[in-house]
Amino acid sequence: MARNVTTRHKITATVAAWIVALIIFFPILYTIITSIKTEPEAIAGFSLWPSGTFENYITVQTQRDYLKPFMNSVILSVGSTILALIIAIPSAWAMAFSPTKRTKDILMWMLSTKMMPAVAVLVPIYLLFRDFGLLDSRIGLTVMLTLINLPIVVWMLYTYFREIPGEILEAARMDGAGLWQEIVYVLTPMAVPGIASTLLLNIILAWNESFWTIRLSTTNAAPLTAFIASFSSPQGLFWAKLSAASTMAIAPILILGWFSQKQLVRGLTFGAVK
Amino acid sequence: MGSITLQKVSKVFGEAKVIPSIDLEINDGEFVVFVGPSGCGKSTLLRLIAGLEDVSGGQILIDGKDVTQAAPAERGLAMVFQSYALYPHMSVRNNIAFPLKMAKMEKSAIDKKVTDAARVLNLTDYLERRPSQLSGGQRQRVAIGRAIVREPSAFLFDEPLSNLDAALRGTMRLEISDLHHQLKTTMVYVTHDQVEAMTMADKIVVLNRGNIEQVGSPLELYKSPRNLFVAGFIGSPHMNFVDGAYAQSKSAKTAGIRPEHLILSKDSGLWTGTVKVAEHLGADTFLHLDVDGIGQITARAGGEFGAQYGDRVYLTPDEAKLHRFDDKGIALRA
Repeated sequence: MARNVTTRHKITATVAAWIVALIIFFPILYTIITSIKTEPEAIAGFSLWPSGTFENYITVQTQRDYLKPFMNSVILSVGSTILALIIAIPSAWAMAFSPTKRTKDILMWMLSTKMMPAVAVLVPIYLLFRDFGLLDSRIGLTVMLTLINLPIVVWMLYTYFREIPGEILEAARMDGAGLWQEIVYVLTPMAVPGIASTLLLNIILAWNESFWTIRLSTTNAAPLTAFIASFSSPQGLFWAKLSAASTMAIAPILILGWFSQKQLVRGLTFGAVK
Repeated sequence: MGSITLQKVSKVFGEAKVIPSIDLEINDGEFVVFVGPSGCGKSTLLRLIAGLEDVSGGQILIDGKDVTQAAPAERGLAMVFQSYALYPHMSVRNNIAFPLKMAKMEKSAIDKKVTDAARVLNLTDYLERRPSQLSGGQRQRVAIGRAIVREPSAFLFDEPLSNLDAALRGTMRLEISDLHHQLKTTMVYVTHDQVEAMTMADKIVVLNRGNIEQVGSPLELYKSPRNLFVAGFIGSPHMNFVDGAYAQSKSAKTAGIRPEHLILSKDSGLWTGTVKVAEHLGADTFLHLDVDGIGQITARAGGEFGAQYGDRVYLTPDEAKLHRFDDKGIALRA
C-alpha cells in the first residue's frame, strides 16, 4: 500500500510541476506560435493552431537587419557583465573577508538603488548622456547596464565568497601569499562556480534590459530589445511580425539558459544551497 | 632556531578582554601544548603568535626579533588548522607545493621537497588526488606536509586532531610526536584534550579565562598542581575534591585525591561507599561511588577488582599522594 501511495504522490507532483511550468512558459510559447501565423490569423483571436508560415521571419529580416542588433546585444550584455565582474570581485571580496561595521549598510544601500523606479532618473541620465555624447553609443549603454546590474552582481558574489571558509584564506596567508596571490590562486578558483553563475545570470539580465536600452539608443547601438520595440510603433501593430522579432530576440538567450541550467539554478538560489 | 617570547601580550575583542596579559617563554625545539576548556583563549593566543590576529598590547618576539607588527608570512611559522584548510581545487602535490611557489622557489627544488615530504608522510600514492578524495587522516597529513616543506622556525597546531575518530587520533598523536623527534623544531599545539597534552608535551601551559594557570612538564602538573583548576583539569578521571572535616583534619580547606590514589578494599578502610557505576575497562576498573559523609568519589581499581552496582566497598586515601588547597584554591605545600 505504502508503495502505491508514493507512486500516486509522485505522479501528482509531476503533473502539478508540468502545469506550473506550462503556465510560466505559456507567454513565450504563444509568442512562438503567433510568429508562425499570418497577420489576419494573429489578430483573429485566441488560437493554438497556426498555419505554419515562416513568411514573418523573412519579412522581419528583410525590413530590418537582425544581425546588427544581435551583435549589439552580445556586445552590451557580455561587455557590461565583464565590466561589472571586474569591479564587483574585489569589492565583494573586501566586504566578505574584511567586513566593517558599515558593510551591511553599504550592501543595503547598493540594493536600495534597485528599488528606485528607473523612470525617476530618466531625465538626468538622458541629459548626462547627451552632454557627454554617449547617446546611441555602445560604450554609454555598456556603462549604463554595468551600473544597473552592479548591485546584484556584488550581492551574489558577496554571498558566494561568504561560503568560502576563512581558514583556507588564513592558510594561504600563513603560506606566504600576498593579497593578489590570495585572490588569484586561492579565492578565485574556489569562487569560479559562483562567478560563473553570476556571469550567466547577469548576461541574461543585461540581454533582457529594455528600459534604458530603448531610451538611450536609436540605430547604431540599438540591441534586440529596441529591435522588437521598433515593430510595435510606426505602422501600427503587426502581431505576427512582432512575435517573429521577439522569438528571434529571445532565442539566443533561451539556448544559453538551457545549456547552463545547473549554474543558473545555483545562481538564482543566491548561494543558499550548497 | 625557533624560540618564541610573549611579553605582556593582551587581546581585547570589543569589550571582552579575551587575554588580559600573558608572559611566556617557549624555547627552541620545545613541544609546548596550550590546554584549557573551550573559550579559555588558547586558540586566540596561537593566532596572535601566528599573526592572524593583531595584539591589543604587548610584544611577540621570535628568536629575539620583535614580530608584533609583522605579517603572518614574515614570521617564518607554519600552521596546521583544525579543519585542515586544504585548497580544495588543488591536487595534494600542489597543496604541499603552494608555500614554496609563494616563496618563488625553483620548480626542480619544489618537486624534490614535495616528493620528500610525501614519502615521510606516506602520501606518495596520493599526490595527484584532490583533498576531497582523501580520508580525514590523509588530509591531516597533507596539511602537515604543507607545513613541513617550508622548514618553518616553529609549527603551530590548532586542535589538529579533533575532527578525527578516536583510533586515528591515537595514531596521529604518535605521528606528530615522532615528527617532532625527527625535525627537532619548536611546536606549539593547542588542544582541549588533556590526554593529548599529557602524552605529547615537553611543556604544558594550562589556560583559563585568558590567564596562564600553570606552566610545567606533564608530570610536574600531575604531581604538583598549583591550584584547584589545574588539579581538576589535568589527570583522567578527574581528581576528587573533599571539603569539610576530613580536609580540616589535614589543615586545608579542600583535600584532593586522584582516583588512582585511593586504596580500595572489600573488608575495611577509612570511608565506606556504595558503587553507583562500575566501568570495567579490562586493565582498570573505574568506580563511581557515593561515599557516606563525603559525597561523589571516583576511584580506580585493578581490572580484577570485582564490583557491581550497589556493592559496599571501603576506601582509604593514600596520604603521601594527597593534595591540599587553601580557601583561595591555591595548593598548600608541606
